[in-house]
Amino acid sequence: MTRQIGEAILDLKNVSLSFGGVKALTDISFDIREHEIRAIIGPNGAGKSSMLNVINGVYRPQQGEIVLRGERFSRMNPYKAAKAGISRTFQNIALFKGMSVLDNIMTGRSLKIGSNLLQQAFWWGPARREELAHRAKVEEVIDFLEIQHIRKTPVGRLPYGLQKRVDLGRALAMEPSILLLDEPMAGMNVEEKQDMCRFILDVNDQFGTTIVLIEHDMAVVMDISDRVVVLDYGKKIGDGAPEEVRANPDVISAYLGAGH
Amino acid sequence: MLYRENGQFKTSYADDQQLFPIAQDRWSILALTVFAFIGIPLLVDEYLLRAILIPFLILSLAALGVNILVGYCGQITLGAGAFMAVGAYAAYNFHSRLPGMPLVLSMLLGGVTAALVGIFFGIPSLRVRGLYLAVATLAAQFFTDWVFLRVPWFTDHAASGSVSVSNLQILGWQIAEPVDKYLFCLFWLTVFALLAKNMTRSAIGRQWMAIRDMDVAAEVIGIRPLFAKLSAFAVSSFYVGTAGALWGFIHLSSWEPAAFSVDRSFQLLFMVIIGGLGSIMGSFFGAAFIVILPIVLNQFLPALGRLVGLNISTAGVSHAELIIFGSLIIFFLIKEPHGIARLWSTGKEKLRLWPFPH
Repeated sequence: MTRQIGEAILDLKNVSLSFGGVKALTDISFDIREHEIRAIIGPNGAGKSSMLNVINGVYRPQQGEIVLRGERFSRMNPYKAAKAGISRTFQNIALFKGMSVLDNIMTGRSLKIGSNLLQQAFWWGPARREELAHRAKVEEVIDFLEIQHIRKTPVGRLPYGLQKRVDLGRALAMEPSILLLDEPMAGMNVEEKQDMCRFILDVNDQFGTTIVLIEHDMAVVMDISDRVVVLDYGKKIGDGAPEEVRANPDVISAYLGAGH
Repeated sequence: MLYRENGQFKTSYADDQQLFPIAQDRWSILALTVFAFIGIPLLVDEYLLRAILIPFLILSLAALGVNILVGYCGQITLGAGAFMAVGAYAAYNFHSRLPGMPLVLSMLLGGVTAALVGIFFGIPSLRVRGLYLAVATLAAQFFTDWVFLRVPWFTDHAASGSVSVSNLQILGWQIAEPVDKYLFCLFWLTVFALLAKNMTRSAIGRQWMAIRDMDVAAEVIGIRPLFAKLSAFAVSSFYVGTAGALWGFIHLSSWEPAAFSVDRSFQLLFMVIIGGLGSIMGSFFGAAFIVILPIVLNQFLPALGRLVGLNISTAGVSHAELIIFGSLIIFFLIKEPHGIARLWSTGKEKLRLWPFPH
């Protein structure tokens, strides 16, 4: 491994989030260092997905702040997050069903489009050149994820595992500095999980992308992540290297069940 | 056997991204366009031009506009008739109040005005969707109906909002005969259909579709819903507005607000549903279907009735028209929500393999 884990790139400070009377997250603080793979684990309903939604601004926490590369965001929104280089995949695949794989991944380039509507309508020089340049970039992503054979297929027709891969492709097309993965391996068979692990490790290794990962497969989490944060009922109950977390008695009782 | 892309290899992304990547499509569309420009004016009589082809071309343009908003961006609208009216009356005002205004420019400005009004009535789409948005756009319909009937300034103080234009010409070309009108509409439609195709295959089109399919995910990858939705409203209203200007100036040449009633809005929505949501081709299919079906029914239903000894009156035919429309819309919504365009593309896919489907 050539990658070097750097300073904290993203710092979450005392984040609390509630929906009416339901407390989804209570006073959670942790940081994410540059180039690391950071896993968030916890039982169902622990607030893992809410955590990701707070990071990229889909949910607004009532308290706390997000410090991204030294810049404070008390009110993050999805557009700002995307601009700042945060991209994500979704737990329940949120692809654009009516579009082909190619077009889906092309939408990941949206922020990098410089031509305006009129230029695009006339297929004018800058718009056309840009389209070709982005196509070349997207083809790199397609090669990387080994989905060349399905690039023209509407995503609705693809099997689940491939849809997950396209979802990752769309996030990668943004060339993010931080990639949030919400259960990238849920519902996959062993072979598909191995592929997905390989892609995650390669992304982290080749592009230096910082990865925040929610995953239920403990073997995978313990294998590929550098540090793990554990949530339970919206509270943080453990944080540290995989071995530390595995030895933490709170985590064992909460996560693996008291009788373990 | 003929429709097959074997041997058509693409060696660059530019080749792969062209308008019609399959050579057979390219040639047949080109042939169709040439035929429409040269063949039809030579072959077709005045009645057919006036009663079928000109309305078909103009309503295709309007359907294209509605399809951009409903089919591509997923924002339902019942205000298309309103935007047609705004386009027509705005173009009329530019044309009649500013002497020496070129015809094309006043029609384009009519479209721009419609686009601005469209953006205004599109603002609710940022908060509400589906049925609620349909009701909000319906407000545009009733508002413009009222404005053009009751506010005399917009219609140059004409009685009951009835206005007329005459002596239309472009650089000395008098647009008076049906053939001239047909060619003008055809040229206009060809240009704007091409622009629409370009928009839908480039970044803006992908943004619209992304918003349509999954708006949260679209926002997360950096698409601003505000821009995507309002630009769809603007472009759509522009198309519908210029279609309204064509309808008023070229097809009717004198009109009143009733020409753009709520019936027209529904008719345009039916066109895109039957023709195919999210398909440029579908807009043409839908317009053709809705323009031609009443005429076909008019011709054949009485004959069919006589065959079985029934005498079907004119009123009976127009009732039958409504019944058949209604049932077709239900049929399409259930069986093929992507309309005739999807049937067409399924047919093409089958044809690629024919006669050896395995």
